[in-house]
Amino acid sequence: MKYPKNGRFGEFGGKYIPETLVPAIEELEKNYLKFKNDKNFKKELDYYLRVYAGRPTPLYYAKNLSEKLGGSKIYLKREDLLHGGAHKINNTLGQALLAKKMNKKRIIAETGAGQHGVATAMACAALGMKAEVYMGYKDTIRQKLNVFRMDLLGAKVHPVKSGSKTLKDAINEAIRDWITNVETTYYLLGSAVGPHPYPVMVRDFQSIIGQEIKIQMKKINNKVPDSVIACVGGGSNAIGTFYPLVNTNAEIIGVEAAGHGLKSKLHSATLSAGSKGVLHGMMTYLLQDEEGQITETHSISAGLDYPGVGPEHSYYKDTKRIKYHSATDVEVIDAFLMLTRTEGIIPALESAHAIAEAVKVARKGKKSESIVVTLSGRGDKDVEEVQNYLNKNVKD
Amino acid sequence: MSKIKEKFAELERKNQKALISYIMVGFPDERATISTVRGLVKGGADIIELGFPFSDPLADGPVIQNASTISLEKGTRINKFFTLVKKIRKETDIPIVLMTYTNILYHKGYSKFIRDAKKAGIDGFILPDMSIEESKEYIKAAKNNTDTIFLISPNTTKKRIEKISKISTGFLYLVAVFGTTGVKTGIKNYTLKAIREVKKQTKGKIPIGVGFGVSTSEDVKKYISAGADAVIVGSAYLKLIEKTPQDKLESRIASFTKSLKKHTILKQ
Repeated sequence: MKYPKNGRFGEFGGKYIPETLVPAIEELEKNYLKFKNDKNFKKELDYYLRVYAGRPTPLYYAKNLSEKLGGSKIYLKREDLLHGGAHKINNTLGQALLAKKMNKKRIIAETGAGQHGVATAMACAALGMKAEVYMGYKDTIRQKLNVFRMDLLGAKVHPVKSGSKTLKDAINEAIRDWITNVETTYYLLGSAVGPHPYPVMVRDFQSIIGQEIKIQMKKINNKVPDSVIACVGGGSNAIGTFYPLVNTNAEIIGVEAAGHGLKSKLHSATLSAGSKGVLHGMMTYLLQDEEGQITETHSISAGLDYPGVGPEHSYYKDTKRIKYHSATDVEVIDAFLMLTRTEGIIPALESAHAIAEAVKVARKGKKSESIVVTLSGRGDKDVEEVQNYLNKNVKD
Repeated sequence: MSKIKEKFAELERKNQKALISYIMVGFPDERATISTVRGLVKGGADIIELGFPFSDPLADGPVIQNASTISLEKGTRINKFFTLVKKIRKETDIPIVLMTYTNILYHKGYSKFIRDAKKAGIDGFILPDMSIEESKEYIKAAKNNTDTIFLISPNTTKKRIEKISKISTGFLYLVAVFGTTGVKTGIKNYTLKAIREVKKQTKGKIPIGVGFGVSTSEDVKKYISAGADAVIVGSAYLKLIEKTPQDKLESRIASFTKSLKKHTILKQ
């Protein structure tokens, strides 16, 4: 779906927003459409992506891991090597530059694991803008290193103590701020979620991942990969990876967080176990109870701990173009350790979900087949979380 | 004619404007809701707006957020809520509108939810996250059943006001300030200007109700004299409910309501 004019991917998406935000959303869409094909804007963004963020990122053949599993070849799209340590910078540079063109001086953002908050703080520092970041109180504790990084980068972090104190509440609070300061403020959303045009805009800024994969695989194999795998929370690295490949014959798999298991209720697998509903300005799959109250989610990775998902993913689930699987915390820790030890790469726990799926697919696959996994972020931020998990589970 | 429309016609005959009082059901419990409604009726409220809690109330400030959380924790559920409305209906004929978020209706199906609500005695709906662009199914389900009250804001363009006032029934809800509910910012000139302009543009075809941050007699007086047909007071009620013991609730709500209502009675 190229550009959904009515803001819908099939039946999903739309803009369910308070009236106060309508002028801001219209202004955003108008400017996005104007600048997305503007030569100078594209040139400037390209400059920052290359020289500041470090694009293109390499596609690394994980030889040790592939040989250990004895099946298909696994290639890692190294978004973890980007400035800031995650794919988030692709989107924050794009949107911050857009905000600057729109003469917005104040930037607000939400963050889950803190990666989007850090990437926002970096982009804003580089472009000379002020950033304020909303972060669930629970997440400020499990990702305190990122809170400090944002602080160092000059961003103001607001811990959010309402609701479940995680990403969804940080988004609520950012939207409330936006309603209050709508005339001066740009809301820099970090995932492919929210009211139109955010899902399509974030997808477009992240699509550079999939575009590079296509070019790089063509050089290596002279064809598109047999399978492409990425983790899905809100789904920005996934949609950026998948979108340029949806019209090829590659098998595409998104991996959600199954937490303690899909039957446990302690998970964040929205597409695998959710139902349709309206949250944060969009109609999409949600984790909710039988009366439409949003339920609390769980994931070992803060970045996937979200009860909704980008509307375009909901669309691809229903049209069956993309398969959505899930990985449990236990599988994720195994994958995390396996990649760390075989390749010397510490993945973010979010990305380790994609690795867990790749391990399964590679084992069943032929040696001649290739799998590309988007390694959306590096795992330095998660080392303490993993240590705690291992200590606890060794004692148990 | 809908009950809300009738109420506005009746008030016009009496040379009065409307006081719309908002409370969150089940906050802090169901007994308090019953006593509060009695106090509202006794104090002279013209329309009661019942809030039904949603887990993620993104247009609401801290007071209503907190009330939503407590109400949900106390076990407020849809069927229980409809039973409560039926109970209220045995005591009073006052128009009742339901304020909640789109997902609550969407999840059950607009038609089914609206049918059940109507049966229980709900006269209209306010959904702060329902934009006109997404409202087709909702409008269709509510048609000839209940009023659909839409919101406009001081930054809404004339063109949009035109569209919104056409599909809004009962009244048009003018959000007084840039912000969430219950956040006190003082009376802004842009609000008074918006009231005057919207009144001029809609030419009396639909009443204009002003809400968000309206909490004192002074606010009521100012907005009414600027031309509002109704004022909506919410968070101020929740604060009062929170600090009042159950046995005093009905009388204190009644006297607070009276103190607001008197400013909606125009001098002859």
